[in-house]
Amino acid sequence: MAIVGASLAGTRAAEALRRDGYDGAITIIGDEPHQPYDRPPLSKQLLAGEWEPGRVALSDDESLRELQADWRLGRRAVGLDAAARTVALDDGREVSAEGILIATGARCRELPTSGLDGIHTLRGLDDCLAIRAELDSSPQRVAVVGAGFIGAEVAATARERGLEVTVIEALPVPLGRILGAEMGAVCAEVHRDHGVDLRLGVGVDGFEGHGRVERVNLSDGSSVEADVVVVGIGVIPNTEWLEGSGLELDNGVVCDETCLAAPGIVAAGDVARWPNPLFGEIMRVEHWDNAIAQGQHAARRLVSADSEAQPYAPVPWFWSDQYDRKIQLAGRVRPDDDVRIIAGSTQERRFAALYGRAGRLVGVLGFNRPRHVMKYRNLIEQGAGFEDAVKIAEQE
Amino acid sequence: MGYRVVVDYYLCESNAICMQVAPDVFEVRDDDFLYLLTETPGDDARGRVNEAVQRCPKQAISVAEE
Ligand SMILES: Cc1cc2nc3c(=O)[nH]c(=O)nc-3n(C[C@H](O)[C@H](O)[C@H](O)COP(=O)(O)OP(=O)(O)OC[C@H]3O[C@@H](n4cnc5c(N)ncnc54)[C@H](O)[C@@H]3O)c2cc1C
Ligand code: SF4
Repeated sequence: MAIVGASLAGTRAAEALRRDGYDGAITIIGDEPHQPYDRPPLSKQLLAGEWEPGRVALSDDESLRELQADWRLGRRAVGLDAAARTVALDDGREVSAEGILIATGARCRELPTSGLDGIHTLRGLDDCLAIRAELDSSPQRVAVVGAGFIGAEVAATARERGLEVTVIEALPVPLGRILGAEMGAVCAEVHRDHGVDLRLGVGVDGFEGHGRVERVNLSDGSSVEADVVVVGIGVIPNTEWLEGSGLELDNGVVCDETCLAAPGIVAAGDVARWPNPLFGEIMRVEHWDNAIAQGQHAARRLVSADSEAQPYAPVPWFWSDQYDRKIQLAGRVRPDDDVRIIAGSTQERRFAALYGRAGRLVGVLGFNRPRHVMKYRNLIEQGAGFEDAVKIAEQE
Repeated sequence: MGYRVVVDYYLCESNAICMQVAPDVFEVRDDDFLYLLTETPGDDARGRVNEAVQRCPKQAISVAEE
């Protein structure tokens, strides 16, 4: 078996293959020089300086050894022949395999930097350490472009380090396109509670400075003085290396319900797009928990007969830590869904809200309400009706 | 050789992932805290405990061999 992408989905997939008794050869190809590591701490504990890099390893050395895999780290896959099942590497070699698991994840969307220093994106360990070094040098102001989850976490971490922070967001409310206007507004308030200078509804025209960034120019003609900039405006799936492979690419590697992209080829994690039968929707999920579950599912798909293949039908779930708030979202929500608060209140910033669409419960959002999120996540999985779920909450 | 389940309650955020994987070992109660139903679940539960260790997003669970 060959696994391309040596991160969360790829590593957990390899572990699942071994756990299920696969004892053939496993080759794992990853273009980062590092052993597999965990990304969520990169915008949280590691960036805050609370953890050191050793702490973010995904598995200890012994567990990695037990996988008995042929690791090709620091090696990029540059092509795939789906029919022949071969992967071409950047050193000119080829790996051919009975089954191939694609787990190349995603990378950050970028803005033109005009060649200035001090402008970063955050995806990998090296990005994190570079930003951390910048924060260590006591900048006057940090500008965060994009108030999505990564941007929000970077802003929170920088504020907790006592730095001045401006967050620039093109939408009128942060996360408005995901959580809807009402809940997005709560996210905005959480930033303001913590002294963030929040600029909403403005885009970035460009950066200015001498060698190093000094100023961010905004679309409304104003500007923000900042000596460190972190851009968090979303990610792009890493599929370029698959051009011409024979696989269907469309905002990710397109798979069937079982995570199969072509005979003997599966995809998992941030790079995979598949029809989730639970929601009747084609989705690509950029969450930690999905990378594990889908990595495991896709690994099993590779070694199972077509007749035994199971659809992959999870309720997506993720968390984001901002300041002292633990925000969790389960399900698949849209801005125009019905939203009902079922516990706590937005004023106290501790609440749970249910999302409904066409009479069905489709999501649950929690601010410091972990138990509610898991409870209603289970109800989403069972296909519960929206009003029924609200009733259950009233009886609690 | 047995093993003991150890939870770092400072890291744990009570998101109950572990409870979904091994409900016989982990329980998040109405007070939003995680409780260990047993520290020594035995060999039968080992696979599920290992899975919970991996699935805990906060790396809050570990296993001490003894
Ligand atoms: C800073 C940060 C914080 C996050 N916080 C949270 C959080 O709080 N909660 C949450 O749910 N999710 C969070 N996430 C998202 C989560 O980390 C991702 O969903 C997860 O990492 C996806 O795993 P993956 O294995 O699919 O892809 P990735 O982790 O992106 O791994 C893909 C790997 O493949 C490599 N690769 C790419 N192309 C090639 C190639 N051609 N050849 C060889 N190797 C290649 C990449 O370099 C990378 O190492 C966070 C992400 C980041 C960046
Ligand atoms: S999965 Fe981890 S963080 Fe969640 S309740 Fe269990 S131990 Fe705590």
